[in-house]
Amino acid sequence: MKKQAENAWQKAFFWIGASIVGGAVLIGLFAPYLMPSDPYLIRLDIRLSPPSLAYPLGTDPMGRCVLSRLIAGTRTSLFYSVLVLGAVLLISVPIGLLAGYAGGRTDHMIMRVIDMVLAFPSLILSLAIAGLLGPSLPNLLLAFVLVWWAGYARIVRGLVLQIKEMDYIRAARACGTSHWQMVLRHIIRNAARPMLVLASLEIGSILLSISGLSFLGLGAQPPIPEWGVMLNDSRAYMQTAPRLMLFPGLAIMTVVTGFNLLGEGLRSADRRGVR
Amino acid sequence: MLLRCYKNSYSEWGSVMMIKYAVQRLLQAIPVLFGISLISFGLIRVTPGDPAEIMLRSDGIQPSPEAVAAIRAQLGLDEPLFMQYGRWLWRVLHLDMGISFSSGHSVAEELLSRFPATLYLAASAVVILLILALPVGIASAMFRGGWIDRISRAAVIISAAMPGYWLGLLLIYYGAVKVRWFPVTGMDGYSSVLLPAFTLSFGMAGTYVRLIRTGLIDALGQNYILSARARGLRETVVIGSHALRNALLPVITLFGIHFSHLLGGAVIVETIFAWPGIGKYAVDAIFAKDYRVIQGYVLFMAVVVVTVNLLVDIGYKMLDPRIRLGSSA
Repeated sequence: MKKQAENAWQKAFFWIGASIVGGAVLIGLFAPYLMPSDPYLIRLDIRLSPPSLAYPLGTDPMGRCVLSRLIAGTRTSLFYSVLVLGAVLLISVPIGLLAGYAGGRTDHMIMRVIDMVLAFPSLILSLAIAGLLGPSLPNLLLAFVLVWWAGYARIVRGLVLQIKEMDYIRAARACGTSHWQMVLRHIIRNAARPMLVLASLEIGSILLSISGLSFLGLGAQPPIPEWGVMLNDSRAYMQTAPRLMLFPGLAIMTVVTGFNLLGEGLRSADRRGVR
Repeated sequence: MLLRCYKNSYSEWGSVMMIKYAVQRLLQAIPVLFGISLISFGLIRVTPGDPAEIMLRSDGIQPSPEAVAAIRAQLGLDEPLFMQYGRWLWRVLHLDMGISFSSGHSVAEELLSRFPATLYLAASAVVILLILALPVGIASAMFRGGWIDRISRAAVIISAAMPGYWLGLLLIYYGAVKVRWFPVTGMDGYSSVLLPAFTLSFGMAGTYVRLIRTGLIDALGQNYILSARARGLRETVVIGSHALRNALLPVITLFGIHFSHLLGGAVIVETIFAWPGIGKYAVDAIFAKDYRVIQGYVLFMAVVVVTVNLLVDIGYKMLDPRIRLGSSA
């Protein structure tokens, strides 16, 4: 009975997460149609004006519409988080597969490189790379990919090692399946589900990191509408217009909560073996 | 008597094993440190442009090709890479990380002089973390499924999604600007550390609450708890002294992993609160294009994290009787 209630809760969490993420994706996709005004349009005559019908969340210190910038920021944040995740997977999956499947000396060498990267605090290493390349959004994204591939590659390798021990792999080997066939047909397919779960759990922290370093001025540069940049811009107006720092933070928290709930839901569904 | 005899020989054996383990673990750290040095050395190469030219340009004058060539020779940039690496490593081992372009001081000295502030912040964050997570975690485990457990569960989700930089701003606004209980920024007395340390610890608090809760629930189901209760020990003793001790072991391991998160998070927190630590120094260096400082900072932080993890691993072994007794490793 208790177990059932637990499952019901988890399902509820999953659906809350899925609707937040779904909503955010829709907002991101249809951003140009949803924005009440141009997020880049500077109008100093109406700077820092309070919420009104034309500007539902008021305007920022440059007289730009806060709501429009939030909506445009949804697109920025989601797009670049997915981009980083995609690039990380593109690098880490083949490397992890190679290390796990080949084993032996190849595995040993790849793992030493991974250990080297993982010895650094990840945020600090990406901060340094982004800083050395010069503050800009593409450099920041590159820095994240250069640092984060290692952790994923290690996880993928672990998954492959687990799958390699399965009976169906032994059976396939006995049938004389080629290495390519083995990796493509048996290993990737079985590793895909846990990797998807992991990716959905991690996308929230990618989003947090991109906004965090943009907040420090190392990522998206003004005037790009991005939540971290908006938060940073609001700092100087904390006394006069505290509402400016409320909305971007709330947006980040909501979307990250959505991704975390979705990931947790997928994970527990995966554990229960629900398809 | 016999028991005491056995105990003594055991503890001697245990300490020999401990030393063996510590040496083993120390040796394992060497290739990691080597890797760290390689990456830190390589980092300076990702900077766009010629380091010699950048160094000369920091005065704001377009350097002549002769001057660049002279600096290249002086810095040893014409030598093969492995020679450059060797020289660099030799200097770093002697705590010489070069001179900061912007301040003209030794990078190693600047880093060391700022590190205590960061350590103070991190240690305060750990204290706040324990003050927050221990009672809530224990209560969640004791009243499993109750309202406190449910609230803590929701709080965990929020704490994981709360951006530290936003929380910091909110705390400054409500704690320092509106009610003026705390200084807005800077490091000045005990009250100044509370807001930044709370900001730093909040994001992790949730994980620890859940960890303490699961550990305690697990421990409470063990036979030694049953026997402790059967002996008529008070519930506070059973939980406080028997169960909690075992529940806290995974917390220690996690702490080793989280210490690097703590240092990473400190970068943002120090910048928001103008805390005179090593993280703010690094961010300032990035905007001043002070590459030696950035390189030194990364190297220093990685070495600190490796050292802390080493201490955590050894400490874990010393605390856990099962590991001490168990295998030879």
